[in-house]
Amino acid sequence: MTTSNLDGQAQAPVEQWRDRKRYLWLMGLIPPTAVFMAAGLVWAFNQIGWNAVAPVWWWIGALLVYGLLPILDRFFGPDGDNPPDEVMKALEEDKYYRYCTYAYIPFQLASLVFACYLWSADNLSWLGIDGGLGLISKIGLAISIGVMGGVGINTAHELGHKKDELERWLSKITLAQTFYGHFYIEHNRGHHVRVATPEDPASSKFGESFWAFLPRSVWGSLRSSWELEKTRMQRLGKSTWSIHNDVLNAWLMSVVLYAVLVAVFGPIVLPFLAIQAIYGFSLLETVNYLEHYGLQRQKKDNGRYERCTPEHSWNSDHIVTNIFLYHLQRHSDHHANPTRRYQTLRSMDGAPNLPSGYASMISLAYFPPVWRRVMDHRVLDHYDGDITRVNIAPSKREKILAAYGAK
Amino acid sequence: MAAFECPVCEFVYDEAHGAPREGFPAGTPWSEVPDDWPCPDCGVREKIDFRSKK
Repeated sequence: MTTSNLDGQAQAPVEQWRDRKRYLWLMGLIPPTAVFMAAGLVWAFNQIGWNAVAPVWWWIGALLVYGLLPILDRFFGPDGDNPPDEVMKALEEDKYYRYCTYAYIPFQLASLVFACYLWSADNLSWLGIDGGLGLISKIGLAISIGVMGGVGINTAHELGHKKDELERWLSKITLAQTFYGHFYIEHNRGHHVRVATPEDPASSKFGESFWAFLPRSVWGSLRSSWELEKTRMQRLGKSTWSIHNDVLNAWLMSVVLYAVLVAVFGPIVLPFLAIQAIYGFSLLETVNYLEHYGLQRQKKDNGRYERCTPEHSWNSDHIVTNIFLYHLQRHSDHHANPTRRYQTLRSMDGAPNLPSGYASMISLAYFPPVWRRVMDHRVLDHYDGDITRVNIAPSKREKILAAYGAK
Repeated sequence: MAAFECPVCEFVYDEAHGAPREGFPAGTPWSEVPDDWPCPDCGVREKIDFRSKK
């Protein structure tokens, strides 16, 4: 994609441009360290006698995603800072940025081990707690760990798109926590190829609620990743059940990880591992739901879909969520240049925009009537009121066409 | 032996090297690669969009 797609915002002269987000990217390490912060806060609250409210901190992940980030997104607003052409190459090659993403992984694994300890311990007096954690706190902790896992899928996403073998391998390790190793295959080889078409399980359709999308995307993506690797194994003359099958070897990493955790901390951790994995990948699927809602590439006369352009992704260039999701919200540029590193992604012209950051839109997606009230007219506006160009949920197609006067 | 380049991400399919991980061993001619085979690095373009590399 060329720079002519950049939006018209003022760009500083090259010699003056510096990346104002350079050190802010380190805040991306808040999700994988939040549980340690929570433990510190629980201890502090117990010390000053606020024992009744202290356990709230085990829900720190939920507090971040549903409370703090949406508020901060509103407060700090849009980002709008695009790197000029001349610095792109140096910025792309600056290794500092990739180390920020690698650093996620040791913290993620440490937090997971710490959580398993908290789920299984029956004496937490050092935190000022009588006995072990209560059930509600354990569930809150599982949700917080799930937030780390869901955001971790985004980190894995950044790593998995790169040409470097090490980064592809790190991507699979990051996915092990949520048992979502097949994402690495399906996302790159399935979603990016079929994005914004009715065939893509991870592109949500107009009129499709998040709750209908969730199982369709989870199951559809899993099946598609399996088919992709099956085809590749056949070309290689290997069995589908070969260890070279990237879906299988990625799942095997999860099996090994969970087996070690159960061996060390006991089977008591299993239900919480299940909660965090399901919640974690559901969080990722919520973000999937936002990214292409109702958008559709039109079919050309030769039966192929038109190429994916900036118009086929919802963007939301809000600075706070940008930091936490490594510019994922500059989604049009990502689909135009999937191998481009996060620090060089730019906000693009002609791209439809969500009214707020991804973090705020997540909560909205849980309430389909509210979501549709906010989003449906934006999809229509994007297509100049032409409902026939929209990617519509098949089960509601007739009704929606009739409602918008196309029948 | 000819080579073909993805117009988006500069991935190069060189017939001499093939793409062994993808199941196309060294020496596999471009004509034997299926038309709907997408670029293994970016997934944005398919075989028929690739450009011949001089």
